[in-house]
Amino acid sequence: MLAYFARRLIQVLPVALGVSLICFMLVHLAPGDPLVAVMPIDATAEQEQEMRAAYGFDRPLPVQFGLWVWNAASGDLGRSIATGRPVAGEVMRAVGNTLMLAASAAMIGFPLGVALGFVAGYFRDTWIDRGVTALAIGGVSTPNYWLGMVLVIIFSVQLGWLPSMGAGPGGSGDWRWDIAHMRHLVLPAVTLAVVPMGVVMRTVRALVADILSMDFVEALRAKGLTGRGVLTHVARNAAPTALSVIGLQMGYLLGGSILIETVFNWPGAGFLLSNAIFQRDLPLLQGTILVLALFFVALNLAVDLLQSAIDPRIKRG
Amino acid sequence: MAAVTDFAVPSEARARGYWAGVWRRLRRDPAALVCAGVLLALALGAIFAPWLGLADPYQGSMIRRLKPIGTPGHLLGADELGRDMLARLIYGGRLTLFLGIAPVVCAFVIGTTLGLVAGYLGGVVNAVIMRTTDVFFAFPSVLLAIAISGALGAGIVNSLVSLTIVFIPPIARVAESVTASVRALDYVDAARASGASGFTIVRVHVLGNVLGPIFVYATSLTSVAMILAAGLSFLGLGVRPPEPEWGLMLNTLRTAIYVNPWVAALPGAMIFLTSLCLNILSDGLRSAMNVRQ
Amino acid sequence: MSVNEAPPTPAPLGLPDVGGPRQPLLDAAGLTCHFPVRGGPFTARRVVRAVDGVSFSVGKGEVLGVVGESGCGKSTTARLMVGLAPLTAGKIVFDGRQLGEDLTLTALRLGAQMVFQDSYASLNPRLTIEDSIAFGPRVRGVSPADARALAHDLLKRIGLDPARFAGRYPHELSGGQRQRANIGRALAMKPRLLILDEAVSALDKSVEAQVLNLLADLKADHDLTYLFISHDLTVVRYIADRVMVMYLGEVVEIGPAETLYRNRAHPYTDALFAAMPSMDPDNRTQTPPLTGDPPNPIDPPAGCRFHTRCAFAESVCGAREPALAAVAGDAAHLAACHMLEPGSGHSKARAA
Repeated sequence: MLAYFARRLIQVLPVALGVSLICFMLVHLAPGDPLVAVMPIDATAEQEQEMRAAYGFDRPLPVQFGLWVWNAASGDLGRSIATGRPVAGEVMRAVGNTLMLAASAAMIGFPLGVALGFVAGYFRDTWIDRGVTALAIGGVSTPNYWLGMVLVIIFSVQLGWLPSMGAGPGGSGDWRWDIAHMRHLVLPAVTLAVVPMGVVMRTVRALVADILSMDFVEALRAKGLTGRGVLTHVARNAAPTALSVIGLQMGYLLGGSILIETVFNWPGAGFLLSNAIFQRDLPLLQGTILVLALFFVALNLAVDLLQSAIDPRIKRG
Repeated sequence: MAAVTDFAVPSEARARGYWAGVWRRLRRDPAALVCAGVLLALALGAIFAPWLGLADPYQGSMIRRLKPIGTPGHLLGADELGRDMLARLIYGGRLTLFLGIAPVVCAFVIGTTLGLVAGYLGGVVNAVIMRTTDVFFAFPSVLLAIAISGALGAGIVNSLVSLTIVFIPPIARVAESVTASVRALDYVDAARASGASGFTIVRVHVLGNVLGPIFVYATSLTSVAMILAAGLSFLGLGVRPPEPEWGLMLNTLRTAIYVNPWVAALPGAMIFLTSLCLNILSDGLRSAMNVRQ
Repeated sequence: MSVNEAPPTPAPLGLPDVGGPRQPLLDAAGLTCHFPVRGGPFTARRVVRAVDGVSFSVGKGEVLGVVGESGCGKSTTARLMVGLAPLTAGKIVFDGRQLGEDLTLTALRLGAQMVFQDSYASLNPRLTIEDSIAFGPRVRGVSPADARALAHDLLKRIGLDPARFAGRYPHELSGGQRQRANIGRALAMKPRLLILDEAVSALDKSVEAQVLNLLADLKADHDLTYLFISHDLTVVRYIADRVMVMYLGEVVEIGPAETLYRNRAHPYTDALFAAMPSMDPDNRTQTPPLTGDPPNPIDPPAGCRFHTRCAFAESVCGAREPALAAVAGDAAHLAACHMLEPGSGHSKARAA
C-alpha cells in the first residue's frame, strides 16, 4: 500500500511541473509589457533597465522559468509589482480565506447532497424522487454568480438580514468565528454549495437506484435482511464512486469560488486573481494561478489515495 | 444445402438503424420536448432578432434608466443606460448562445481527433497526447478559462479560444477511452486481418461507433460552456461593452440591484433557463440512447 | 449435393495453389510470442510467454484441431497466423513461401482468414452484414458492384437468403446467423486456410450442429483447410482429422484424431480427455483427474511445464524440457514426455 502511495506521489511530479510551465507560459505569452503598470511615464531608459533587471525580466525566458520554479520550491514567489509585498504571503492569506469558503460550502453541500440523493434513490419514481431530481437539475443548471446576486437581492436588499459584501468588520486580516463574522460567510457559502450539491444528489441517486436493482440486493432480501441492513450494504457499495464525485466537485469549489468572491467581495484567492489580471501584476498572477492549480493537484491526489484505500479494486497507474 | 431458420427475427423486421429508435423514444419524453421547444424559440429569436420589430438594443436614454418591468414601451424594463431590456435580452442571446455552443463544437472536432489518434495508435503517441491532456486537466476549468482569458485579454475571439482550450481535454479523454474499447473488439481485428489500412479501419469501423457517445458527452458540456462564457463576461474578461450579452449585462447591472433588483436579475434568469433546458434535453437524449434494442 | 458454380474470383482475391497436394499448406516452426508485461518504472521487465516454440504443419484439405485449457496459447497461435499478434521468433511457411522472405503479410492474409468466438463483437453494429462481408474485397480493390455480388453469393452459400438478410444489421440476427455471417465474411477473401477460434463455442447445441455441418459442406465446396480451435473435445473429435494438444504455450502432443482419442501418450492429454464426464451410468467418473490451475505463463515451471501437476513427475521432469518424439514408432503421432523418450532417465522410459 505504501509503495503504491509513493508511486502515485512520484507520478504527480511531472504533472506539477507541467502545470508550472503552463502557468508561466500563460502569463509571459500575454501581449503587453509587464512593467507598464508600475513604470512612471517619464522614466528614463536607465531606470527602465534597472527595474527590468530587478524583476528579472531581462533574462531569457527559459532561465526566468527555471529561476521561478527554483525559488517557488523554497517558498519564494517574488514580489508583487503593484504592492511590492511578497507574493507568497499575500497568496497564502488569500488562499486561506478561499479554503474557508470552500470548506463551508462543502460542509453544507455534500452531506445534504448525499442524504437527499440517497432518499431519492431509495424511493425512486415516487414524488420524493421527482422533487429531489428537479431540485438537483435546477442546482446543476444555476450560474453561481447569478444565484449570488439573487440571494443578495433577497436577503440583503429586500430583507436586510445578511450582509452583502466582505468578510466581516475587521476586513480579511481579522477573522473570528463569531456571529458578526459568520454572517458574512453564510450567503457566499450557500451560493457556492448549490451546484456541487446538485451534482452529488444526481450521482448518489443514480448509484443508489442502480445498486438497489442489482441481483445481490434481491438475494439479501430473500435471506431476510430488512431496512437498515440493506441500507448499510448499499452505502458501502456506493461509497467509492460517491467519494470520487465529491473529490471532483472539490475542484469545482476551488474554481467556482473565484466568481463568488467577485460577487461578494470575499477576500480570497479568486478576488486576488481578478485584481492581478486587471493590474497586469505578473508575479502575483503567476503565483496565484500556480498555488491554486497545485492545490487542485494535491486535492485530486488525496482523493485518489483515499479512494484506493477504501476500494482495493481501484489501483490506477 | 438446407436454409437456416433460427428463431430470432424481430417483429419489426425492417427496423433500421439505431437513430430511428432514439428519435422515437425522445418523442415520447414530454420534458425533453418542452425544453427542445424553448431552446428552439430562443435560437430562432436570436437568429431573427433584427426582424422582430424590437427597439434598438444600443439606444439608451438617461431618462428611462432602470425603468421597472411592465413599463409601457419597455416590457421588461430598461437597463442602467436606459436601453430596452427585452431587446437586449433577445440580442444578448446571440452572443451567449454562440459562445456556449461554438467552443464545444470546436473542442469536439479537435478533441475527438486527438482522442481517436491516441486511442487507436496506442503506445508512445497515446502517452504523449494523454499526458499533455492530463496537465491541462490538472487545472479547475474555471481557473484555466480565467487564466487564459486573462493572458489573452477580453474579446469574443479570445473567449472562444480560451473556452475551446478548456474543453478539449475532457472531450479528448472520453474519445480516447471509447476508441480504445472499440479498438479491442473483434470486428476491428477482423478488419485488420483483411489487410485494410489504419485510416480505412478508423473511417469505416471505428468512427461510426465512437461518435455517438462522444457527441452525447459534448452536448452535456454546452450548458457548462454557456455558464462559463457568461461568467467570463461577468468578470470583464469576455465580451466588451456595449455588446449585449447576458453575462456582461449581469456585470453592468450589479450596482442596480439596490434600485431595481428584478431587472438586474433578468439576464441571469435567461442563462439559468437556457442551461436548464440544455441539461434536461441532454439527459433525455442520454436515456433515449441508453436502451439496447 | 451440388452447388451452383461460384462466380469467377475477382483478380485481387485468393492465393493460387503453388506446391501441389502433397505440400503442407501451413508449416509453422518454433513460433514464439512473448508479450511484455506493463510494469511501473521500478519493476523489472517481464514477459508473458504466451506461445513458446510451437511447431506443427497442416496438410491441404485437412482439419487440424487445437485443444487445451484456457490460457494455453491456442488463440494466440491462431492470431499469429493472420498477423494479429507479434511474432517474437519462428517461421511461418504458407504453401512453400515463408513469411518475411517471399511472402508478405498482405499475401498471407489473402491465404488465411479467421472466424472469432464472440459472434456479436465480430461484426460492426453499424454495417449491414452484406457491407461487412463486402468490406474485405473492397479493401483489395474489388469494385462495389462486384463486391456486393460476391457478398450475396456467399450469403446464399452459408444459408442466409440474400433477399431477406443482406440489408440486416447484426442485432437483427440470432447468434447462429451471426456466426454464419462471420464465416461468410472470412470466406469473402477467398482464403485457402480458415482459422476457427472457438467459433461454435458460444452457440446452442442444435445451432452448433447446424454450423458444423455448414463448415463441412463449405470445406468440400471451396477446397478449404481448417485450423479448428476449441475446448470442446467431442466437437473436435467430430470435425478434426488431426489434433494438437497445447499446454502453457507449448505443444505436448499431436497426431491423428482417432489415434489420440484411443491411445493417448502424454499424461496431460490423458487427463484432459478423462475429464470428459463419462456417458456410461454404470461407469461414472468418480475422481477429477486434473486438479488446480495452470501455472502463470509469465513464470512457467522449469523443465517440463506440466510436471507440477503430473502424477508421474520425477526429478528429470523438473530438470530438462522433453522434446516432441514419435510415439511407438508412429511418425504421425508425436508427444513431448520423458516417459516416452528412451534413455531420458525417467523410470518409465525404455533404456536407450
